Amino acid sequence: MAQVHLENVKKRFGSTQVIHGVSVDIEDGEFIVIVGPSGCGKSTLLRMVGGLESVSEGEVRINNVRVNEKEPMDRDIAMVFQNYALYPHMSVRQNMAYSLKIAKLSKDEIEVKVAEAARMLQLEDYLDRKPKELSGGQRQRVAMGRAIVRKPSVFLFDEPLSNLDAKLRVQMRLEIKELQAKLGITSLYVTHDQVEAMTMADRMIVMNAGFAEQVGTPLDVYEQPQTLFAAQFIGSPSMNILTAQLNGGHATLTNGAVLPVDSALDVAVRVGIRPEHLITDPDGPLHFTVSLAEPLGANTLLHGKLQGSDDAFTANLPGIHRFDAGTETLRFSIDPDNIHLFDAQGGNRLN
Amino acid sequence: MEKRVTFNGWLLPFCLIFPQILISAVFFFYPAGQAVWQSLFIPDPFGLSTQFVGLENFEYLLSDKFYRASFATTALFSTLVTVVSMVPALFLAVLADRLIKGASTYRTLLIWPYAVAPAIAGVLWLFMFNTRVGVVSWYLGQLGYDWNHVLNETEAMGLVVVSSAWGRISYNFLFFFAALQAVPRSVIEAAAIDGARFWRRFFTIVLPLLSPTTFFLLVVNIVYAFFETFGVIHTITAGGPQQATTILVYKVFKDGFVGQDLGSSAAQSVILLVVVGTLTVLQFKFVEKKVHY
Repeated sequence: MAQVHLENVKKRFGSTQVIHGVSVDIEDGEFIVIVGPSGCGKSTLLRMVGGLESVSEGEVRINNVRVNEKEPMDRDIAMVFQNYALYPHMSVRQNMAYSLKIAKLSKDEIEVKVAEAARMLQLEDYLDRKPKELSGGQRQRVAMGRAIVRKPSVFLFDEPLSNLDAKLRVQMRLEIKELQAKLGITSLYVTHDQVEAMTMADRMIVMNAGFAEQVGTPLDVYEQPQTLFAAQFIGSPSMNILTAQLNGGHATLTNGAVLPVDSALDVAVRVGIRPEHLITDPDGPLHFTVSLAEPLGANTLLHGKLQGSDDAFTANLPGIHRFDAGTETLRFSIDPDNIHLFDAQGGNRLN
Repeated sequence: MEKRVTFNGWLLPFCLIFPQILISAVFFFYPAGQAVWQSLFIPDPFGLSTQFVGLENFEYLLSDKFYRASFATTALFSTLVTVVSMVPALFLAVLADRLIKGASTYRTLLIWPYAVAPAIAGVLWLFMFNTRVGVVSWYLGQLGYDWNHVLNETEAMGLVVVSSAWGRISYNFLFFFAALQAVPRSVIEAAAIDGARFWRRFFTIVLPLLSPTTFFLLVVNIVYAFFETFGVIHTITAGGPQQATTILVYKVFKDGFVGQDLGSSAAQSVILLVVVGTLTVLQFKFVEKKVHY
């Protein structure tokens, strides 16, 4: 049980700065997902909390104690690695007991704790196997078991599911989330998968190029993305971005279409429209030509272009629709509340 | 995935393995056969005739106290050479593995001794420890220690062990270093988070993961100590003082080519062959079980 505070944390490798000052206050028992594309510094940030990377500047506090100078073992954390990092020469039991042995617990205590973790993770039948005799999902569980046996203050997960197949990933996602909720241990979870981020996070940190673009609940980030990057990264299919000029409550797109907006500003903007917020409307201002339809059953994804524009545009309509690619034209309108406006230069949210 | 090539005829595969078979036959099977054959004969003092004696050469050897002493010497020598060449090599490899800057320079410097031929290495150490002009023995003298490996059996053994192991450290270092680099970083990090400090991580995680390499080097170094150290011993002590550094392979040479007792020498090499063969088989049978590949 612990709070974690990051205060203007920076990381430099030589002269290259990879983390440009991240600050976040994490509550006790919170599940925080750090999400971003590869190379954005999310793993580095996690490793700094874990003590596997030094902190160049700023402060990391666990339970209100500065841990910058502390060794990983003195931070009361546990980490689950992407490749599981199980000890290949030890059985599942020994893998889980390793940290307890080092902590000099008695044999009986170790036995009890390992048995408890094994029961929680349904690993009881595999305790005497070596990691190489286990499937990917089972190895993942052992890695989890190794993390939970000693009841740390903080869990760190470094893309723990990315080596699993899609179905298993969905299942493990749930299991991890349930386990974390049951144990109530503060967790930091790194992933590049925005679906994982949306489904698991209490709050998420959207990272890009070493900056925390936005910190907020998944729905906050979805509904009120604070930057153009957060807007495009969260949500699938991703948000359509169009260039426009604001004038007196209207946004005029480059192709001439005019959208009503909730803003009295008079500037060049980028307009964000989520594909799922488009409404088919015979009088709508957006003329859309379908070039490809992806029927998903519950809904249909339409890829194509707006009339007079060369940018790709996607619409997500509920239910099944059949379209003739290349010829079919649709008209959409959109609720002004669902239009996101971003500064054309900085990419910051305007409305 | 294992890839196997299957041949339709026998000619191509035969041609492919023929050179290896030829080399083995000419340089191994034929001399080994000769040794076995000769071990059954005694030549006369002038080498003009030989007389068949059956297993008498072996009987004589096994009752010879000098030969039995040579067995003990070899056991001690090869154990020491293996330990002295492997432990420092591992230690250096661990240190080099922790380096970030200049790692390749250290690596290159550490590999150099391997390029020195054993006999040359022997001469080199002989110079340093020469009882009259040696640098090291002079300093030892200054410290009040009278170094004389020509007379002192323990010192003689120490010197040949160090000289033999010295170049070998480089070889072992190279293998240990490569093996250390192959240990996944995240496993070490996991152990660090689990609370293990450096040496604990080393003994409980790294060392077990190095076991295939360690086992390989164990076999290779023992064979080295048995056979290839001949040059070192020949240049430094010539087996002396008395019999103190006469290992089995040196005794084969001494009795055969210096003492001209070819029958006994051949019998000795047959015994040596059996001993090393048995040792290797035993190693594979028992030590390998503890190895994690």
